[in-house]
Formats: sequence, C-alpha cells, structure tokens
Amino acid sequence: MPEQSCSPCGSAASLALSQCPLSPQYTLWNFLPKNLFEQFRRIANFYFLIIFLVQVIVDTPTSPVTSGLPLFFVITVTAIKQGYEDWLRHRADNEVNKSNVFVVENAKQVRKESEKIKVGDIVEVKADETFPCDLIFLASSSTDGTCYVTTASLDGESNFKTHYAVRDTTVLCTDEAIDTLTATIECEQPQPDLYKFVGRIIIYGSNQEPVARSLGPENLLLKGATLKNTKKIYGVAVYTGMETKMALNYQGKSQKRSAVEKSINAFLIVYLCILLGKATVCTTLKYVWQSNPFNDEPWYNEKTKKERDTFKVLRMFTDFLSFMVLFNFIIPVSMYVTVEMQKFLGSFFISWDKEMYDEEIQEGALVNTSDLNEELGQVEYVFTDKTGTLTENSMEFIECCIDGHKYKDCMAEVDGFSQPDGPLKYYGKAEKSREELFLRALCLCHTVQIKEADQVDGLVAHPERKYTYISSSPDEIALVKGAEKYGFTFLGLENNFMKIRNQKNETEMYQLLHVLNFDPVRRRMSVIVRTSTGKLLLFCKGADSSIFPRVQQEEIQQTKVHVDRNAMDGYRTLCVAFKELTEKEYDRIDRQLNEAKMALQDREEKMAKVFDDTEADMHLIGATAVEDRLQEQLAETIEALHAAGMKVWVLTGDKMETAKSTCYACRLFQTSTELLELTARTVGEGDRKEDRLHELLLEYHKKLIQDLPKTRAGLKRSWTLSQEYGLIIDGSTLSLILNPSQDCGSSNYKSIFLQICLKCTAVLCCRMAPLQKAQIVRMVKNTKGSPITLSIGDGANDVSMILEAHVGIGIKGKEGRQASRNSDYAVPKFKHLRKLLLAHGHLYYVRIAHLVQYFFYKNLCFILPQFLYQFFCGFSQQPLYDAAYLTMYNICFTSLPILAYSLLEQHISIDTLTSDPQLYMKVSDNAMLQWRPFLYWTFLGAFEGLVFFFGVYFLFQNSSLEDNGKVFGNWTFGTIVFTVLVFTVTLKLALDTRFWTWMNHFVIWGSLAFYVFFSFFWGGVIWPFLKQQRMYFVFAHMLTSVSTWLAIILLIFISLFPEILLIVLKNIKEKNHQAGPFDLPVLVSYKRIENGYVKAEDAVTNLAERYPLRIP
Amino acid sequence: HSQSFTLTIDYTGTEPSSPCNKCLNVSWDSTPPCTCTINFTLEHAFESNVFMYYGLSNFYQNHRRYVKSRDDSQLNGDNSSLLNPSKECEPYRTNEDKPIAPCGAIANSMFNDTLELYRIDNDTRTPITLIKKGIAWWTDKNVKFRNPTGDGNNLTALFQGTTKPVNWPKPVYMLDSEPDNNGFINEDFIVWMRTAALPTFRKLYRLIERKNNFQPTLQAGKYSLDIAYNYPVHSFDGRKRMILSTISWMGGKNPFLGIAYITVGSICFFLGVVLLFIHHKYGNRNTSADIPN
Repeated sequence: MPEQSCSPCGSAASLALSQCPLSPQYTLWNFLPKNLFEQFRRIANFYFLIIFLVQVIVDTPTSPVTSGLPLFFVITVTAIKQGYEDWLRHRADNEVNKSNVFVVENAKQVRKESEKIKVGDIVEVKADETFPCDLIFLASSSTDGTCYVTTASLDGESNFKTHYAVRDTTVLCTDEAIDTLTATIECEQPQPDLYKFVGRIIIYGSNQEPVARSLGPENLLLKGATLKNTKKIYGVAVYTGMETKMALNYQGKSQKRSAVEKSINAFLIVYLCILLGKATVCTTLKYVWQSNPFNDEPWYNEKTKKERDTFKVLRMFTDFLSFMVLFNFIIPVSMYVTVEMQKFLGSFFISWDKEMYDEEIQEGALVNTSDLNEELGQVEYVFTDKTGTLTENSMEFIECCIDGHKYKDCMAEVDGFSQPDGPLKYYGKAEKSREELFLRALCLCHTVQIKEADQVDGLVAHPERKYTYISSSPDEIALVKGAEKYGFTFLGLENNFMKIRNQKNETEMYQLLHVLNFDPVRRRMSVIVRTSTGKLLLFCKGADSSIFPRVQQEEIQQTKVHVDRNAMDGYRTLCVAFKELTEKEYDRIDRQLNEAKMALQDREEKMAKVFDDTEADMHLIGATAVEDRLQEQLAETIEALHAAGMKVWVLTGDKMETAKSTCYACRLFQTSTELLELTARTVGEGDRKEDRLHELLLEYHKKLIQDLPKTRAGLKRSWTLSQEYGLIIDGSTLSLILNPSQDCGSSNYKSIFLQICLKCTAVLCCRMAPLQKAQIVRMVKNTKGSPITLSIGDGANDVSMILEAHVGIGIKGKEGRQASRNSDYAVPKFKHLRKLLLAHGHLYYVRIAHLVQYFFYKNLCFILPQFLYQFFCGFSQQPLYDAAYLTMYNICFTSLPILAYSLLEQHISIDTLTSDPQLYMKVSDNAMLQWRPFLYWTFLGAFEGLVFFFGVYFLFQNSSLEDNGKVFGNWTFGTIVFTVLVFTVTLKLALDTRFWTWMNHFVIWGSLAFYVFFSFFWGGVIWPFLKQQRMYFVFAHMLTSVSTWLAIILLIFISLFPEILLIVLKNIKEKNHQAGPFDLPVLVSYKRIENGYVKAEDAVTNLAERYPLRIP
Repeated sequence: HSQSFTLTIDYTGTEPSSPCNKCLNVSWDSTPPCTCTINFTLEHAFESNVFMYYGLSNFYQNHRRYVKSRDDSQLNGDNSSLLNPSKECEPYRTNEDKPIAPCGAIANSMFNDTLELYRIDNDTRTPITLIKKGIAWWTDKNVKFRNPTGDGNNLTALFQGTTKPVNWPKPVYMLDSEPDNNGFINEDFIVWMRTAALPTFRKLYRLIERKNNFQPTLQAGKYSLDIAYNYPVHSFDGRKRMILSTISWMGGKNPFLGIAYITVGSICFFLGVVLLFIHHKYGNRNTSADIPN
C-alpha cells in the first residue's frame, strides 16, 4: 500500500506488526515439548523425573519402569486434560480466527482470514458482524460518522453504545475513498481495561498541513463486540491477536492456590525428610553391617569385578541413591494427578446442582476454576456487595419529591410495565413548572436507549409501546419509567435529538450536546441539552452526597428530609439538579470538554476536572426513591452464614442509611446489635476529624477488646455468644484510616481499626469505591492467621474485590457479566451461597483432606515393610515386592477407590449440612489437615506397616506353610505382605465411606477383584520380555496354603482393629450424647415429603421450601 | 493326628564335642567328602508322613546381588541363553571362556550335603527310605525349569559347550541318575533356586512316606544321621540343621498363628463384653427415637 503509511503504535509502543500467537497455548507440533516442559516445572514431577533418571543411570534395585510408568501415567493424564482444554480454546478461536473478513487493499476488497489481519490493515465490517480485532473507527455508512455497538460478549451490557468515527475521515465511506487515506496512528501499549484508550491519529492531507486528532475509547471498536444498526464501517486495525483488549482480559486471571495445597507441601516435606532419613539409616547400617568381612562378601555371593573396583565413597553414594529409589514410593506419585482429577471432576457436581439452577435466567452455577472447591469449606469472611447481590437489582420507582413535596403512587409496577393513567397521590403540590422541569430532567438525564420490542423475546409490550428500555444501569430505567407514569415519556434519541412526549401528548425535541458520563468516583452524571427554544440546560442527577455540595445551600433542607427518610426505608435515592447555561458558558465548557478529550496524557484527570467545574452552582429540583427488592431467602442465608461462623461484611457503594436498612432487613444487624459508627456523621468534617476519629477508635477499641470478658483461648469464634457489635464505616473515613496524613503520626489507626473490625459480628462499609473494596479484602486477608476470604458481587465494581479475595463469587445478575466472568464461581442468586459453602464447600474440604491424608497413609504402609525388610536382607536394597506391584500399587490397585470416595463421599448428608450451619465450623481453620490428624494418619500407617511386615515375618518362622511340606521363597513373602496391604488399605477406605453409591461398590470391590485377577494373570504366564520369572505361580501357590489365608485374614483384621474400635466407640458415644444438638436441627426437607409421606401438605412443602423450618 | 512334631538337629559342628567338628573347615573340593554321624533319639513316634528339611542360618539368600544372580531363560531351556547367559549372572557367568550352566551365584552355591537316616535297632542300622521327588513346586518342575532341547535326550550332549558351576563337583547333567530328575529339573536344584525370604531358612530335602497303617512312619527310638559334610558355613558364621517334621492341614507346627488368633480373639471378646455392657446400661435411652423410615 504505497499511499498509506500506517505506523501504528508508534511513539512508545514497539511495533506490533506480527500477528502474535493465539490464545491457545499449544499447536500440534509444539504440544509435546512445551507441555512436558511446563509439567516438569512442577516440583513433584521433576522429583520423579530425577528418580527415574537415577534408576536409568545407576544400578538400582528396581527397574526404571517402576517409577517411569507411574510418571508416564501422571504426565499423560495431565497432558490429556490440558490438551483437551487447549483444544476447546482452539475450537473457540478458530470460529473467530478463521472467519473471513474483508480487508481493503488497493481500493479493492480482499477476503482474508481474520487471524491474518495485520496492524494497519483497513477492515470493513458489516452489520451484525463481530469485530475481528481492535479497530480505530474511521468511517461508517451513516453520514454522521457514528455506529452502534453492543458489547454483550465482553462485559455483558446489552445496550447499544454509540461510537464515533475520527472526525476527518468520516467522509471516506467507500473502498476507493478510504484507500486514499494517509495517516499515522500512535497509541498506548495494549492494556486490558475495556473502557480506556488513549491515542492520536495524524492525517496527512494531500494539500494541507497534517492534522492531529485525539483518539479515545469512543473511537475504538473492540474485538468481540458486534456492530448493530449500522450497515457497514471501516476501521484500521490497531491491536490484533493477543494484544486485543479481549485477549488481554482473558489472560489476566490470577492463579489462586488453595490452602490445602500448602498443607500438602508441608506434608511432602515431612515425607521427604522421612525418605532421606530412611535412606541415610539404611546406608549407614549397610556399611556397619558390611564391616564384618563374612557379611560383606561371603563365598557364596562374590562381588563382580566392577563392584570391587568402585571407590568406596562413590559406592556409598550410589547405595544412598539406590535406597532413595527403593523408598521413593513413599512420596505419592499419583497424588497430584488424583487431586487434579478430583477437582476437575468435582467441579461438575457444582455446575450440575439442580438446586442452584435458576429458572428465571435458565442457568445454574458456573465453575470458572476447579482449583478452589475445598476452599469453599474454609471461608471465614464473606464480603458481599449490596446492590444486585443482597438485593435483586430490579428497580422500582417508588416515589419522588419535588421541592420538598412528596409524590407517591399507590400502584406498584408489575414487571416494569407501568400504567400511565394510574391515579397519583399528591401530598401537596409543587408548582406545575417545577414538576415538569423535574420530569423532563428524569426523561433527559440518562443514557437509556430504546430497543424495538420485537427484538426482545418473551416480553409482551404495552400495546402503545413497541419498545423496551435498555441501559447499563437498572436505576435509570426505573427513573425513565417513573417519569412515564407521570406523563413524560422518553421516545428515543434520533440524530442527537432526544424526543419526549409530554403530559399533553406533544412531542418535545432536545438537542443532546454533551453527556457527562456516570462514574463511581463522581457518583453522578449530567447531560447538557439545547431546548427547541434555544435555551441551554444542564441536568444532573446523582447521589445526594455528590449533589448537595453543588447546589444552593438553602434548597437542600426540604429535600434532605425526604432523602434521609427514603434511605431509612431502604430505598436508593438520587437527587436531581439543573442549571441554565448561557451561550458563553456553554462555549467555554464545550471547548474545555473537547480539549480534555483530546489530551493524550492524564485525560482522565483533565476530564474529571472539567466535569467538576461544569457541575457546579446548580439548583436542586428534587429527589427520587427507587426500591431494590431483597433477594429471596436473604435473611435465612445470612443467618446460616453467621451460624456457620462466618463474618459477613457488606461493602457497598450505596448510602449509609440505605445500606443500613438493608442490613437490618437481612438480619445482618439485629435489634440487639450495638452499632459502632465510623462515618462522616460521627467523625465530623474539617480539621478536627482526624483527632475525633482517633478518639472514636480508641473508645471502640476499649469497649470491644479491653472491657470484654476474656474469651476462653481456643474458642476463636465465641463471639456468637456474647453481645454482638456491628460496625459501620464509610469510604471517606476508611481512606482516612488507611491513608492517614503524615503529621498525625497515627499509623497504628489501621491495626486498631482492624482489631475492632475483627471483633464485630457484622461490618457495613458504605460509600466504597471499587478499589476500596479490594483494599478492605486485602487488609483482612493479610491479618494474622490469614483467614480465608470470599467476595461475592454482581457488578463491574465488584471485580476488584472478587479478584482479591481467596474465593471470588459472581452473581449472574443484571449488571452485565463482568463479575461472573472474573469470578471463580458464579451462582444465579445469593441464596445459593448457602448450599455452595455449607454443603459443597464442606464436603469438598472433607473429601480432599481425606484424600491427601489417605494418600500419605497408604504410601507409608506400602513402603515401611520394604524398609523393614532391609534389616533382614543385609541392607542390600532388595525390594520386598515385585516390580509390577511396585508400579501398579498407586496407579491401579488403590487409585480408583479413593478417587470415587473423594468425589462422592457425603459423611453427613447434604440436607443436614445445609440445615445445620454449625457443622461448618467443624472443618474450619483447615482442621483436617493440621499436624494432629496428620500424625494420626502417619501413626496408623506406621502401625499397619509394622503389622504387615512382622505378621508375615513371624508366619515365616514356621517350618512349612503348605500341607505338602513345600516351602515359600522371598517373593511369596512379599506377595503376602502386599496382599494384606492392598486389602487393608482398600477396606480402610470402605470403613471410612459413609455414603455408598453403586460407584463406590464397583470401584472398591472391583479394585480388589482386579488385584486378585491381575496377580493370577501376572503369575500365570512365563513372560518372554522379563528377565526373571520370579512371580511365576507365586500368588496361586500362596492361596493353596491354609495358613496363609488365616494369616492374611488375621493381619487385615489386626490392622483395621484400631479403626473398627474407634468407629464402635464413636457410635456408642454419639448414641449416648445425642439427645442434644446433632439430631435436632433437621429440616422439614422437601425431599422427605416428596419421598411419599404427605401429598396433601403441599402448602407445608412450599413453606418449608421458602422458610426452612426447624423442629424444636 | 493333626498334631505336628518337629525335631531339629544342628550338625554345624562348631562345638568341639560335636562329631562333625572335624568337618568344620571343609572346603568345596575335598575328596573324599568329610563324613560324620550324629545319633539321636525320637521320644515320640512320627505317625504321619515325615518331611525332612535342611536349614541354614545367617545365609543371605535374599541379598540383592544374590537374588538376581540367575538366568531364568537359561533354566527354562532356552538354547541361546544356555550358551550366552545373562549379565546378571556375573561373576558366575563364564569360567575359562565357557558359559556356566546353570549360571549365577544361586546355582553356584547349591547346598550339597548328603543326609542319610538310619534307624538303630539293637545295633542294626536299617536305612530309612528317603524320597527325593515331590519336593519342588509342580509348576517349577514342569514349566519354569526345563532342560535344553535338541536332538535326542542325552543331557550330556545337550549341555555340550557349557561348563559346570565353579563350586560344583559334577556338572548339572550328572546330578541324578534318573533322567526326569536330572539337569535343570533336578528337584534339589529347583528347591535351592527358590530364594528364601529370610537369612534363617529351611528347605525341603526329602520325604519319608508312611508305609502302612499299622506302623508309624518313624517309631520312637534311636536313629542316626549320616552326613556327607561338603557345605562350608563356618566362614560366614552360619549354622546347618536337619529338621524332621510332620505336617497337619495347616502346614507345619505354627505357634504364631495359634497365639495370635487366641490373643486377638480374647481381646475382641473382652471388648465386646465391655461395650455390650456399656450399651446395655446407657444405650437404650433413645431406642424409641429411631423411627423406621
């Protein structure tokens, strides 16, 4: 393209001309090396690789196959899983990357695969197509140089967003015209923020000076977004492949590691020490033993020449390595792969859970990561958003006040469709003109769009209205609908003119000049419009705290009363203000706004400053109150979380009063809860506030920590019994605490504040900016004992805290899909948290804890006899078991039962778990993976290992075990030990299983049967590929001996005896002490009634469903 | 007659009073073999079939270097392995550039004492018939161990090109006069080749069958054991024993299983009684609460 010199990403950015690799990690040919490299970066895999290599190089007791095969198995399973996931990504990408797009080259359209687009290519996109890469919007088929885009697949917002073409290129709307363009684009380095973009385009005209234009997010068309209502557009590619904002957003997920994995690593270190200890002991003893010459080399067992010639130090070293290899099975090879499979498969149970399926949105729970299943059972702090999470986020316009007069209709909206002719109750009236001004403000000051009704499925529109409103904020829709009830209907935006039908059914037109968009920092938005008469008006709506300082002070009082009362009732309030602008003022504002928009640097700050200047000296007209209904079963869920020992913190951007009333409504605060306030109200304003804050903090600290009767040590969560405290803090006070000014020397604010927080039952943080939410989460996360935190939210403003917390949960709400996309788990409703945590989390924790302990246990009692055998074979590294048994033990004989257990076990039924939240505390603080249970399992493993070995040892003291006087050799010895081992370990799991499904039966008995079958088969054939036929008929011969049978049964029984005794004792104890707490809180569960008792009690069923009743 | 009797005679000869003391430092190739006789008395008659074992102590048949020092395909009759034994057999693989058959440390150290039993009745020595077949596992004798195959059945010809293990006085094809107990399928050899699990072990040597229903297999009385003492154990502080044992359906005399079962059984019984008592005293409180579903 000679006439087009596009050097995109010029100034700062390096040239991004090459198409980067696609989001999948692998291609067909690099899969193997790359995947292997990735896998061997894991410590465990690398360790086994080293062991394998040692076996290949050094003369070791076991063949390399024994550790090579399990390693191969583990690597293969992981590779298949990762390959499958990658293939899915490939498939998804191919749909996008191989799709055809049209690129304009030399005034002609050329068809290209979308992945072949290079930076600088000019791309043509037609209506309803998705953008193939990030494009700078150059020209569109509509003459005003705009296009409509929906970003539903990026952030879930289904409204149409207007994007603007670069002003100087809007005319170039044919292939020929666009081809004449010569321009350079400079833009920032690719960054993931979807709503930020800074760039500059320099257009070189044929005869004039080059023109520079700034580029902003409104000029950028993002990959993944869809073109709507516009025939076609031209754009130049600026970010492609991995540099698109969409790709960057998918990468950015942090890897969260669960606490269980840390425990596993600690245990691994212990076992590694045991392993090294064993190897050292054996090596030392070997040389002590060999110091006696007739032990070292008796006449019947001479050394080879090579062995004699080796240096002693080298010999000792290889001996040490050989012992390592012999005992290396103590570190469970397959544990990692089993844990991974358990997590991967286990996550399906969450997404399949029918109780977490929501009819309304036709979706169930979504699992984005399977790594954190067990973390759900360890949560101590729940941070929840309010709007959309605790509440439904389906807004209803309740009332408004105009100049202090309250307007309220008695009709509730049904599903958002109002009755415009409904009678309105007037409590005194404001002036007619003020009323109209207020309603016009509601109609104009928003970013709502009209969507034709036929595009929306399942909604039957009002007969007169063939459209629905769409907006990124449900509040705005509620307000527009509210205005409609009072007779002012917003008809849509056409060519920058907003159309309104007023009470007299006349259509009014307003030219939309500027939209000062809403942002969470300003907490308000404005529009500047020109009326048909030419008057310039600025309407502003926003939170009272952000509006009140910007209006005439004398107007505030009458409205404030209403706003405060509405907030007390739990409504969301917004204040509406306006001001008239003179032409001169407007020109200035217009100029400033455009300048700020053009700025390449600090554009955000400059914009904010202009907004701040513009939205000043306004007049307050009135306020609105919108109700946000509470989610169903909210109070029950919160109570259950409390009872389960979790502390629930509400972090909301909302007003304190609104949030507080919601907290009372959802029983987060009880009437008995003593509230401590750290808000602008109590702290006050001005210079004194830091001192006042200091006083308050000390006072609360004294009250909570010093005066409180000392709770018994160990009862960490005993606060449930004493006086409950609730804390309310707002954003400004929080920032005062977290970032105190230098001169105060009050750096310990934070720790005092934290101590207060941790003593409170419930904490409400209102007026929070998204980043502050994350700060709070981080603060709690990093306290002593690093408690497990969970964040739940539904909107884009919750993403930061969702990412910050150990477990992030998204609600599939109405504020788009950002939260659920960035979360680890997404559920349709807040109430599903109860089952997710109390049942799934608890179970997964118990399962994985048991899995980990069991793995260590079964490998300890596997290897201990082998260690003991060294004392009886002259420390010669003679393996006790046959190589096949060594290899298959972990991957075939004992792997599936524990996997099935760790997927299906319900030691307590799900119903009981959900209905008795206190059970959750039983596993809190990683209780099952502490050193005590670990020691218990280790001792159990050691005990069983001793029983196996010495049992068989004493059995072999006998002259003959067969009734025909024939004798057994060393391989029979090992096989008896191994048989006892496999049966004991499997039956131990069977004893632990409380919830038997056909799968458990199949896998447990199947594994044992397979072991027997395999042993017969393995010993039944002279294998041509084996050097030694040592197992030939060993197993079958073993079974012909009655003594062996008796011994095997006896040893299995002795090994399991402690376990059986424990179970019996526990049963007796439970029976005796169970008049009390365990049985009682049983739900009138839906299931039981369904099971066939009562048909006539449907009412009860429904009641039970909605309000979990408890039988006293 | 399920009672098992066992009689053990240590004939190592470390004690100067022992008749075998003179043979203590015997070496492999002493000809003629050193012989000694030990007289003993049976207190009880051995009613059923009697099994005669030899036992060795402090002999590490389970040493790794020893266990692997064999070539199973050679023993299985594979002709190529016969002439080219496995490397595992080192340093007992070849001798004077000829492959050893059977190769390896296990075969090389095969137990080669000869034990004979006489009943002494009024100064007359009646030899007791010792049956040497039926002492190895059937599968070993018939499948796992095979003589090399080739033209004819002349073992000497089939083992052509190999040499005897260093310590052996005779080559493998001269182990026994009966063709079906000669070569690799000699049962004494097979028994020896099954390596023992522990350093103190015993291996089946001979069977003494009960002749008729009127006489016990071995009557109570005086016996003598004639030993051709070839096998040196003194150098590694080992012991040698001869064991006579009768066997019940459970195998030989087995104090371990009996004691273990009795102990575990009584512990269970005791605990059962205790728990039953506890259950009876405290446990019937909420039997009424169990509503059958």
